[in-house]
Amino acid sequence: MRFAVIQFPGSNCDQDCVHALQVLGQEARLVWHQETKIDPEEGVILPGGFSYGDYLRCGAIARFSPIMPAVKAAAGRGQVVVGICNGFQILCEAGLLPGALTRNEGLHFRCEKAYLRVETPASRFTSHYVTGEMLTIPIAHGEGCYRASPEILQELEAQQRVLFRYCNAEGQVVAEANPNGSSHNIAGICNAGRNVLGMMPHPERCCEAEMGGTDGRGILLGAAGIGRKI
Amino acid sequence: MKAKEFALKLGLTEQEYGTIEKGLGREPNENELGMFSVMWSEHCSYKNTRKELRKFPTTGPAVLVKAGEENAGVVDAGDGLALAYKIESHNHPSAVEPFQGAATGVGGILRDIFTMGARPVAFMDSLRFGRPEAKGEAGKRTRSLIHGVVAGISHYGNCVGVPTVGGELVFDPAYEGNPLVNVFCLGTLRHDQIRRGAAKGVGNPVFYVGAKTGRDGLAGAAFASRDLTEESKADRPAVQVGDPFVGKLLFEACLELYARPDLVVGVQDMGAAGLTCSTCETASRGGSGIEIELDRVPQREKGMTPYEILLSESQERMLIIVHKGREKELKEIFAKWGLDAAEIGYVTETGKVVVKESGKVVAEVPARLLADDAPVYEREAKVPAKLAERQKLDLKKILPEKPKVKEDLIKLASSPATGSRRWVWNQYDHMVGLRTVVRPGGDAAVLRIEKPGGGWVHVAMTLDGNGRWCAQDPREGSKALVAEACRNLACAGAVPLGLTDNLNYGNPHDPEIFWQLREGVEGMAEACRFFDLPVTGGNVSLYNQSPSGPIHPTPVVGVVGKVEDGVHLVPGVFGKGGGAILLLGTQESGGLGASLYLQEIHGVLAGKLGKVDLAAEKKLHVLMRGVLKLAGVRAVHDVGESGILWALAEMCFGEESAGAEVTIACGQGERPEEALFGEGAGRILLEVEEETVTMIEQLAKEAGVGCYRLGKSSGTDLQITCGSVQERWGVRELRKLFTESLPQALEG
Repeated sequence: MRFAVIQFPGSNCDQDCVHALQVLGQEARLVWHQETKIDPEEGVILPGGFSYGDYLRCGAIARFSPIMPAVKAAAGRGQVVVGICNGFQILCEAGLLPGALTRNEGLHFRCEKAYLRVETPASRFTSHYVTGEMLTIPIAHGEGCYRASPEILQELEAQQRVLFRYCNAEGQVVAEANPNGSSHNIAGICNAGRNVLGMMPHPERCCEAEMGGTDGRGILLGAAGIGRKI
Repeated sequence: MKAKEFALKLGLTEQEYGTIEKGLGREPNENELGMFSVMWSEHCSYKNTRKELRKFPTTGPAVLVKAGEENAGVVDAGDGLALAYKIESHNHPSAVEPFQGAATGVGGILRDIFTMGARPVAFMDSLRFGRPEAKGEAGKRTRSLIHGVVAGISHYGNCVGVPTVGGELVFDPAYEGNPLVNVFCLGTLRHDQIRRGAAKGVGNPVFYVGAKTGRDGLAGAAFASRDLTEESKADRPAVQVGDPFVGKLLFEACLELYARPDLVVGVQDMGAAGLTCSTCETASRGGSGIEIELDRVPQREKGMTPYEILLSESQERMLIIVHKGREKELKEIFAKWGLDAAEIGYVTETGKVVVKESGKVVAEVPARLLADDAPVYEREAKVPAKLAERQKLDLKKILPEKPKVKEDLIKLASSPATGSRRWVWNQYDHMVGLRTVVRPGGDAAVLRIEKPGGGWVHVAMTLDGNGRWCAQDPREGSKALVAEACRNLACAGAVPLGLTDNLNYGNPHDPEIFWQLREGVEGMAEACRFFDLPVTGGNVSLYNQSPSGPIHPTPVVGVVGKVEDGVHLVPGVFGKGGGAILLLGTQESGGLGASLYLQEIHGVLAGKLGKVDLAAEKKLHVLMRGVLKLAGVRAVHDVGESGILWALAEMCFGEESAGAEVTIACGQGERPEEALFGEGAGRILLEVEEETVTMIEQLAKEAGVGCYRLGKSSGTDLQITCGSVQERWGVRELRKLFTESLPQALEG
């Protein structure tokens, strides 16, 4: 499958996403934020980084980029849209996903490996896994604390739209394992149509053994519509 | 004010003023004097150290761009791949404004690297502060400096998407009034992509690109060339303000520009001394002149004087000279990235930098005079009066009659001086770019770099400094640093290719300080020559002293190397147990002179480091690289600060590491504390599969290097026997102390 990796000024994981997708045998092209077209066959990746320096609020300016109407249209048509880290923040700001990402509870930027519990295989992004499976995927963010109203959180839970939660090395979802203070230990969610994924951890950083792990492969391959090999 | 009076006020000497007047053939105006005061500051001209720096070996088969030629040195990494790298200090700015001081240090070194045509791919930082656990105001100030500096580095480095992959963090009362912030950057490029900072081709347009010029960082280079005093806080306007977002756009735009064939003539970043430095240096290198019009310089505020525009050190600005007729392409690229690109002048044949404001000449100076003809001083050097006294060491007066090794190790593990640095590097994105193969926390960081034709080259790098060693014996201490850096690379199977140095010293007008510097340079030069290691450039930071005195003499070296083919990269910590533990090199501890152990446990800085056996060291490194090609090596760690027991303890600190059972040789008449905590060079610890032991012993024998079996990795305790001492510690408890000491000291 081909992916359009959107390049905002200040994106810095754009090349990494292209590389990871290519390692997984997928096609990827960089799309500058001032372009306005996304092909109907493409998947879309909003990569990590600091779009527009994140000076106002993470993702707050990027949502006004000329490419965003095309991203919204693609999401509306059911195309795959994945927002990673800053990309997740942009998706929330753009209204494609509910809630917001705020400053980490500990206030520091944190770059480290995180354990994630897969909450449901019922999405293309988690189709490679079983419920309760544990993944090790790095995080690298200063503003990854997921917040939403109680109603929205309830809706996310009820519709099984929380795809990943932070857990400890034993796979338990506990407060100590939460690196940023996110509500319900949320690390990644999808939209009601289950075609838009936002997650703070970086699956593209763990698609090769040399980079310290391959647990991110399933997520990106799933996004590309490639099922798990049995 | 008379010109001469103004010159003296700017820090120029009477003699220097005379040279300027003679060189110009007339009385200089204030703008010109401002330009000379920064270009002839130590920071820009190395006027006090140039004679010493000539002692470094600077050539070698791998050197593509030599020290002093351009903004950064470049070495050949094979397969058409080149590495550009350099270290630079931002000590003074960080002392008065830690967040912006450190952030702009990162931004500055970043520009030095992409100016060379390279894509920046990694940062490392060497940081030194006072003791964070100190009581009262001193401790509070130190903690706030540490928080500010780490946050500043994190802010800039993370945002520009260049990983910070290693470095060092040292706490010592010697840096309480004057912290050290040295930042290293590595970039990669093809041989044919190397850019030069020369203004050539009469009539070619000179562009100013990037951020607008403001009143920040006025004459920062001159500020950095003075002692820090109580009044230094008033120099805050001399500290620049960084914008990493613009930094990121600027380097992406420049790299896109460089990719256009035959477009760019020359590039120079505007760092220290801003517009003044970039124009006179490019003109001087090109053997040409430059004429600029200040009205065309993008400005952040109205009413800036020529003096301010010429001396501003506003960040994220570059000077680019392109071929005439290609202006449109440059403008299009910078417009795409949303950056200013103003044609401010052109290349001339006059050999002069001519600066106009609204068509009127406000400065006219021969480029060479400004850039290259700064006076060179021979400073007086004198052996410090108290040195011999300080080098004496009477252990009987210091150590308890009966060794207390058990408590000693617990104290070390609980000290922020030795504790885990995870609190720091977790705040740095060390993975972005998908190149970081060996992450922070080990002996050397390793990056994979894509070869021009596909496939990977693995590049190892390390930063090392040790003020304590150098305070007690600047010559041997500096040699030991180079040896240690090369040993760190050997632990990653890498052959060193080049070295960049940051010479941090006090006021060079003090003969005792200058002696430290000279000894340091000569020691480093000797070691570099021995390891065939060219010095490809770096930075000199003098005047590092506050009312409480000068810092320890602190040269910091950054060494970059290439991992040999066939090497298996292994962790620095033990696996789950069942391996044999070997010591490669020497069993001699080097004694406790200048050791961290004496300072931490007994509060004494005394004695000096043992002599470094460079020949033995080199053999050890060759052997190490060979051993790493065997399949059965599980872990490797060099013995450095705090000695062999600390190195063993660190090897137990992996998340899943076993403990160890070892016997450490104690020489005749040697105290067990010496054997365990001595910091002598030339030692590497290995954990290997039992079946590999004989093979390694054989290889060591052939190489003429010692190989000693110390014991095995096993269980959950660290158990040692050394002379009369037999002790054991629970690894879990030690690890907890090690992990928590730094966060506790900083966050309570």
